[in-house]
Amino acid sequence: MQVEQGDLMGKTLAEKIWADHVVRQSQGEPDLIYIDLHLLHEVTSPQAFDGLRLANRQVRRPDLTIATEDHNTPTLNIDQPIADPVSRLQIDTLRKNAQEFGIRIHSLGDANQGIVHVVGPQLGLTQPGMTIVCGDSHTSTHGAFGALAFGIGTSEVEHVLATQTLPLVRPKTMAINIDGELPAGVTAKDIILAIIAKIGTGGGQGYVLEYRGSAIRALSMEGRMTICNMSIEAGARAGLIAPDETTFAYVKDKPHAPQGADWDAAVAYWKTLKSDDDAVFDVEISLNAAELSPFITWGTNPGQGAPLSGQVPHPADFSDPEEVGAAERALAYMGLEAGQPFKSIKVDTVFLGSCTNGRIEDLRAAAEVLKGRKIANNLRMLVVPGSAKVRLQAEAEGLDKVFLEFGAEWRQAGCSMCLGMNPDQLSVGERSASTSNRNFEGRQGKGGRTHLVSPLVAAATAVRGTLSSPADL
Amino acid sequence: MEKFISHTGTAVPLRRSNVDTDQIIPAVYLKRVTKSGFEDGLFAAWRNDPEFVLNKPEYAKATILVAGADFGTGSSREHAVWALQNYGFKAVISSRFADIFRGNSQKGGLLTVVLPQEQVEEIWEAIEKNPATEVTVDLEAKNVRVGEKSYSFEIDDYTRWRLMEGLDDIGLTLKNINDVSAYEEKRAIFKPKTLPAKI
Repeated sequence: MQVEQGDLMGKTLAEKIWADHVVRQSQGEPDLIYIDLHLLHEVTSPQAFDGLRLANRQVRRPDLTIATEDHNTPTLNIDQPIADPVSRLQIDTLRKNAQEFGIRIHSLGDANQGIVHVVGPQLGLTQPGMTIVCGDSHTSTHGAFGALAFGIGTSEVEHVLATQTLPLVRPKTMAINIDGELPAGVTAKDIILAIIAKIGTGGGQGYVLEYRGSAIRALSMEGRMTICNMSIEAGARAGLIAPDETTFAYVKDKPHAPQGADWDAAVAYWKTLKSDDDAVFDVEISLNAAELSPFITWGTNPGQGAPLSGQVPHPADFSDPEEVGAAERALAYMGLEAGQPFKSIKVDTVFLGSCTNGRIEDLRAAAEVLKGRKIANNLRMLVVPGSAKVRLQAEAEGLDKVFLEFGAEWRQAGCSMCLGMNPDQLSVGERSASTSNRNFEGRQGKGGRTHLVSPLVAAATAVRGTLSSPADL
Repeated sequence: MEKFISHTGTAVPLRRSNVDTDQIIPAVYLKRVTKSGFEDGLFAAWRNDPEFVLNKPEYAKATILVAGADFGTGSSREHAVWALQNYGFKAVISSRFADIFRGNSQKGGLLTVVLPQEQVEEIWEAIEKNPATEVTVDLEAKNVRVGEKSYSFEIDDYTRWRLMEGLDDIGLTLKNINDVSAYEEKRAIFKPKTLPAKI
């Protein structure tokens, strides 16, 4: 038998997971990859179910599929029918489709409803070594468990429903090494914003990113999810982190975690899921965690970011003429002056939530800053837990009272103001400090101006009324 | 899916980079449960501006969009592809596309052509100078022809074949469904299932 050179070389984590899921390989065709878990929500699935009906096809594996409602759901008065008839129709359509095709659904009002990327991990359905897809680009979140997880379009949703597979071309691999100790007040969100500013919104295109190094190992699962979540903002469809004891401890005893002998078999397998020492990445980049500081975005794409301690850049400072033009347009849209210190920027709304930073640890971190303080004048703060379960947990810990006493609004779970598909939107010219993932023009509402920040910066900003970190309090 | 072999039409220059899917179609337009009717939402915020290039009468009939780098970044919404197609676009040319957008476009038969930025600039100049310039995007010959000029592009043979035949990806996979069953036989027993539900 002829041994291919690839067999002798070490493999990266992404390559190992890929190899474990190849159903079919044929020269000149994409690999056919098996999908272990398919997550559904109301926005990107209706046309896929329609396609199945038109072709008279069934869902191959309802037992590997789960649906929840998140993008359109209101965060107030959830006991009443959804006011927007178009949103209501989209959610009703998901419910009908789930019923018709025998798919488990967690609807508004259910304790397991919430943002799809918060729900999967909390149910223990997200586990190391899996392939996970969803019609949502932030599916990369699940990579934090050492799973190969990525967003897909509606045609691919239909493909997975019908076949439980996807034809895919194997991506290249990029290692992002982050060693050293994070300074106090610097979080996972600051790491990922700094990475995106460094490699740009297209830097990860065509790659799976693997985050490595001592600073990553030291992060909690919540922090790792924040980092993997925003891989797509660097252009990468997937980002992942090798599973370790932190991962195993998080998964253990979750509702769908393996039990007994299955647990032992699973952990034995999961321990093999790391890049070999002699594995070769197509690209490697490194960051020193000790040099990082609280990071924010000033522009209209997530790559336009800088340390909070700095000033709004001059477009002329950029070398690439394309970036000069993009910076000029961004400053005009954002209503900012070059040279203005970031900490002088006045904010109207603070949004704490989203699949990036809507987990319990994020709420705890913000509450710690807000405790015993009062909200700045003329500022509103929305606190939107990532799932109904996160909300219940926060209430059990008394965090809701901290937020309410501070002067923030304590809302029901969902995607909310991250993308403003429900009534939670910015108005024209309104400026937010947001723990979400995208600062695109109009993302949080037409004409709205978004600064992406960590939960700590969001909280400190809500106290002072201008972009701030807890160290400024 | 409609076959794509070659398309000739006029082109519109969109001199912007990082055109994300929230610009192509904002979230508030994503609530429809059909694949049609999304043309209203295409570049919705920018189309309020009478100076926006799509609003100029000389580009009203354009069927090819020539955009800046990193077109289609952001969300996975295939509605972005549908909006472009519903509006009448058959092809988009850019020096770089976001991965998910490109994958979606290739599923739906919207041809995405990658050309080096210098060539995109040349095409911009040509179609700005004369908006009636005939542009041909030829998938069979793998080139874009603008007036006298011809620019060749790369596309993998499999995708090209599928687009030229107008083949349904699911149908192709179902031909090999026995391979899927064989794979399922050997999947690890500890892998989670969503049913029966545990909470």
